[in-house]
Amino acid sequence: MNNILMKIQNPLFHITKRASIVWWKAWIIRILAVVAALLVSGIVTLALTGLNPLKVYSTMIEGALGTSRRMWMLLQNMAILLCVALAITPAFKMKFWNLGAEGQVLIGGLATEVCMIFLGPNLPTGLLLLVMVIASVAAGAIWAFIPAFFKARWNTNESLFTLMMNYVAMQIVSFFTLLWSVPKGSGTPRMLEFGQLPVIGGQKYLLNVLIVAVLTIGMFIYLKYSKHGYEISVVGESENTAKYIGINVKKVIMRTMLLSGAICGIAGLLLVAGTDHSLKSDTAGGRGFTAIMVSWLAKFDPIFMVLTSFLIVFMEKGASKISEVYRLNASFSDILTGIIIFFIIGCEFFINYTIKFHSKSEEVRK
Amino acid sequence: MDKIPAIELRNITKTFGGIVANKNVCLTAEKGEILSILGENGSGKTTLMNMISGIYFPDSGEIFIDGKEVVISSPKEAFDNKIGMIHQHFKLVDVFSAAENIVLGMQDTDDFNMRKYSNKIRQISEQYGFDIDPDKKIYEMSVSEKQTVEIIKVLFRGANILILDEPTAVLTPQETQKLFKILRKMREDGKTIIIITHKLHEVLSLSDKVAVLRKGEYIGTVITAQTNESQLTEMMVGKKIDLNITRNDPIDPADRLCINHISCVNREGVKLLDDISFTAKGGEILGIAGIAGSGQRELLESIAGLQHLNEGEILYNNPKTGKTENLRDKTPLQIRDMGVRLAFVPEDRLGMGLVGNMDIVDNMMLRSYRKGKSVFLERKAPKSLAEDIINRLEVATPSASTPVRRLSGGNVQKVLVGREIASSPTVLMAAYPVRGLDINSSYLIYNLLNEQKQKGVAVIFVGEDLDVLLELCDRIVVIGQGKISGIVDARNTTKEEIGLMMTKSPLEEIKEEDGENE
Repeated sequence: MNNILMKIQNPLFHITKRASIVWWKAWIIRILAVVAALLVSGIVTLALTGLNPLKVYSTMIEGALGTSRRMWMLLQNMAILLCVALAITPAFKMKFWNLGAEGQVLIGGLATEVCMIFLGPNLPTGLLLLVMVIASVAAGAIWAFIPAFFKARWNTNESLFTLMMNYVAMQIVSFFTLLWSVPKGSGTPRMLEFGQLPVIGGQKYLLNVLIVAVLTIGMFIYLKYSKHGYEISVVGESENTAKYIGINVKKVIMRTMLLSGAICGIAGLLLVAGTDHSLKSDTAGGRGFTAIMVSWLAKFDPIFMVLTSFLIVFMEKGASKISEVYRLNASFSDILTGIIIFFIIGCEFFINYTIKFHSKSEEVRK
Repeated sequence: MDKIPAIELRNITKTFGGIVANKNVCLTAEKGEILSILGENGSGKTTLMNMISGIYFPDSGEIFIDGKEVVISSPKEAFDNKIGMIHQHFKLVDVFSAAENIVLGMQDTDDFNMRKYSNKIRQISEQYGFDIDPDKKIYEMSVSEKQTVEIIKVLFRGANILILDEPTAVLTPQETQKLFKILRKMREDGKTIIIITHKLHEVLSLSDKVAVLRKGEYIGTVITAQTNESQLTEMMVGKKIDLNITRNDPIDPADRLCINHISCVNREGVKLLDDISFTAKGGEILGIAGIAGSGQRELLESIAGLQHLNEGEILYNNPKTGKTENLRDKTPLQIRDMGVRLAFVPEDRLGMGLVGNMDIVDNMMLRSYRKGKSVFLERKAPKSLAEDIINRLEVATPSASTPVRRLSGGNVQKVLVGREIASSPTVLMAAYPVRGLDINSSYLIYNLLNEQKQKGVAVIFVGEDLDVLLELCDRIVVIGQGKISGIVDARNTTKEEIGLMMTKSPLEEIKEEDGENE
């Protein structure tokens, strides 16, 4: 039953929560939403630019997947975004709003850079890589642990705390970027020669993609089949139930944030040592926030997150291509992305609720 | 009989999504009559009354007041038709006085004159025998006083038809009698009173007519004088039911849990439990009676290791080892590791006992998932336990992988009690285990508790329905304001005696209002 007060005398329709929905019906609704989104985007495109929407769409696909280089760029971007999304997922599932992934990635990247600059010339590559992994994971984990500790100990607000930690991390990274820039003081980040992640299979980004693929499967299993994952769900759903069955809620919060930060650290490693070979304060590029969307759209299911991260990266790539080809304002691509995401999020409403229209005959009778 | 009824409903239907809350309900109530609406939880009583008082709008059907068809689409229009509803959950402003609450929302064209209003309130109080101080603030009031304010509020606005939703659920027997006296006086005054209830003896002692609803459908109306409990039950449930609760004598009861002088305070320093001592014995059902919020929850939670105690001790006699251990300030996990098999059915089923969004199997695991050294979950045993409970307790569910929040209240409770019993406990605590359950489910729960008692479990049953407590329990601990006001033998006491103990602590002779703090 719902508690909506029906005050209007003869409401045209009313909204009720669905008890359940068959999975294929849910998917039909989602597909319809994408179609509707493309239609609306098409109309908007036509109205604002006068361009043929079909042409614009094909340019988008071309821009995102047109050449093998573009495909690899897409995969690489997807991998990093997915990695950050995987990191925040256990925290979000626990209803610990970790908005600090951006900072955790940067700190992980900074730890990587420190190893690459100072240990790079002195250590054999294998050992160097191992130290880099440990350093980045530890740095990310510690950065995430600080707000978790305060939350567990004094029940501070984790959203504000993690958000503020982002700015701290950004300032630290800016400071060191300037300090280590080449030539000194120029602000141009130093290219890191030692400790770059090895190229396997002749593809620069293949290793990144593989690492994230393994992480995805690992996170899926961790959340669904491990005792830790179960505890995370219970704490997230109801802290009272968790206490009632004797789960140490504080411990679970701290443990889960250590994990969350550690994976962010890996994302930092992949960015600095595997992709950019340099570090700037905007290296994370807002992924700490975009990842929230990726994770949430997939309802915190790591496997679905592959789809949602693809969708978002595809939109970004395609949109930047059309703004380049048709010399459109860069904001135009944001408009399209906005429309599509609006429809995708909006369709969840129709999956959870049904709308009932009142028949005309009834109104006549009244 | 060509009197025009004060209110008449014809073929009222209301649906919420796929759920039919009311289907073709017809009712009439005359002036100067008390009509009871009887039905189990979820039978659509409150929905029906909400349509009369303008909160919901019916999908179809007509409402007639004094023979004229009316459209009631807002609470204000209900007042215009002189209909007043007293909700189960009071709708009052805590920091206002009684008089301020009563006049709140009045749209008089005259200037606002508090003294005039106060006089009118006083006059109404005298007329019907209310006992109320118009200047008392709501937060200082007991539940029964708040209810009085709600009733005066609707009378003040000139209501001729009063609807009371489960008015006695929160009252002691004495307060209930007082309320009934007032309602009878109103009837003499020509008011129409509709009272929603599921308590049979109240229906029989108070009302003139009884309308019965079952699963949203209107079953029929009977004259109270021409009916009896078993006929009404049959109408309500749809089949004959034995209303007697069996109670066997305890078999060699042994002290299992000794509570010694425990006290605790909340953050503001208010004493929630004050020097509580009693013993729970294996093989008996110990009832705990008291007005809601008298410390029942804190008491059970301190035994379960969820409430920090300031004083006292909780001693557990382990029947296996013969050792006595103190459970005070242990965590639930430590208690379990000590080998204490404590089962706890908390009041908040979905918010504490279970996880609403998880399926039945995963909810079974809550107690057992730690078993074994593996880092991974073992779902086989919980799955077979879930299926066993579904079969044995007849849980109505599409499958074991249905989220428990989708189940009805009775089925949720079966899942919870089933899981708690499955651990073969030595102590079983149940807080309001039949609240919101239909008659069949309630009796199933009583039987399960009795079964545990026969097995030698020390059962602690916190209840609100004194009739049930008297029939089911062996001994009853009565608490009021966090203190023990008496421990009685359930076989040799009366409802009235317990009711008196609930409101007044015999240790203290200070004349205090019925202790209640939400």
